[in-house]
Amino acid sequence: MKAASFDYHRPESVDGATRMLAELGEDAKILAGGQSLVPMLALRLAFFDHLVDISQLDELKGIERRGDDVWIGAATTDAVIGDDEQISSAVPLLTRATPFVGHFQIRSRGTLGGSIAHADPAGEYPAVALALGASVEAVSPGGRRTIPATEFFTGVWETALEPGEVLTGVRFPVWTGRRGFAVQEFARRHGDFAIAGTVVAVALDSHDRVSRCGIGLLGLGSTPRRASKAEAAVVGRSVADLTGDDIGELAMSDLDDIPSDLQGSASYRSRVGAVLVARAWAEAIEEATTEATNA
Amino acid sequence: MHERTVRMKVNGQDTAADVEPRTTLADFLRERCGLTGTHLGCEHGACGACTVLLDGAAIRSCLLFAVQAAGAEVTTVEGIAAASGELSPVQAALRDCHGLQCGFCTPGFVMSITALLKANPNPSDEEIRQGLSGNFCRCTGYQGIVNAVRVAADTT
Repeated sequence: MKAASFDYHRPESVDGATRMLAELGEDAKILAGGQSLVPMLALRLAFFDHLVDISQLDELKGIERRGDDVWIGAATTDAVIGDDEQISSAVPLLTRATPFVGHFQIRSRGTLGGSIAHADPAGEYPAVALALGASVEAVSPGGRRTIPATEFFTGVWETALEPGEVLTGVRFPVWTGRRGFAVQEFARRHGDFAIAGTVVAVALDSHDRVSRCGIGLLGLGSTPRRASKAEAAVVGRSVADLTGDDIGELAMSDLDDIPSDLQGSASYRSRVGAVLVARAWAEAIEEATTEATNA
Repeated sequence: MHERTVRMKVNGQDTAADVEPRTTLADFLRERCGLTGTHLGCEHGACGACTVLLDGAAIRSCLLFAVQAAGAEVTTVEGIAAASGELSPVQAALRDCHGLQCGFCTPGFVMSITALLKANPNPSDEEIRQGLSGNFCRCTGYQGIVNAVRVAADTT
């Protein structure tokens, strides 16, 4: 189908975009890469009188080391993120999650900010942001603010962003020392929305004890989720005392809104999810214990 | 409503047309440029039939509004063969390997494979399959298409 009629605006700055959004009110929507929004418009699941295109604003593009974080501009495309060497050494989980985001033709246009703001429960970048403890930067005519990823995803396609606020970038903390990262996803075909998936980040101290752990889950709730209970249970413990199967079970234990649909029932997704967490855990530990990776 | 003039370069030629903002790049190419080689299957980004190159990168032309492509350089399947009519290595390999039957999905495959081999001239079998995963074929079967990518990679 074709999208319903709308008017198209391309402001020349982020300030211009926020002013425009304030003027146009709730009939306006931000357009970035359009890889989620345009299908919704084409299927007439969404209608807007005005689209405000921010995809070509240079101030929303870029990858920079800022203190202990890597800042990535909201309009940076998935393709750029997947190919960037700084990201691959400082935030490798992001690099490894990128091939799972749609197909390469989608990644040519899709953006980091779009993925985070769209907040699909099966989105890879939201799960990475949760696992690593990223923070989301937003701006409105009222000023700038930073929102922790853990407080950002509030419901299916719903976030803590206020109407008229523009997501400008995401800061990913750089995990240093003995660290390991892994992505595991199960989908019917490569590039499909995941039936279940997980991203795992782990850091170890010099005695092989877990000093830090982040487990992001996708396709396993109404939002991208963080397996807080499993994370808390492993921190401080020796790797030798932990089994991936237990961590997988624990990661599923506090999920209360796993979707059930034609792709799979909630119990099926939960069983798949537990196995994926166990596999990702083993992979991440393997990396942390065998590779001398430093940011 | 709100028609506006959009200019872009299509297959090396400057083109301009007045279109509504909701006109996709795919419809711009087909209806305003007369380039009906770009096919529309699903119109929501799933099937890959409408794949074109935008400033060299493979994209879904159904997921981009023409107004967003203003000033860009677009290459469609009509711009792939040599001016003499000689098929590109990708097109020739698809023909030689029986990589097409009805041909509806073929323009999308040609564009995706062209971009894939430009980024990765010697892909592994796994990389070929991943690279093709964004395009649907509903009649030929994928084996001939996979073989064609291998042959095209070896001949370029």
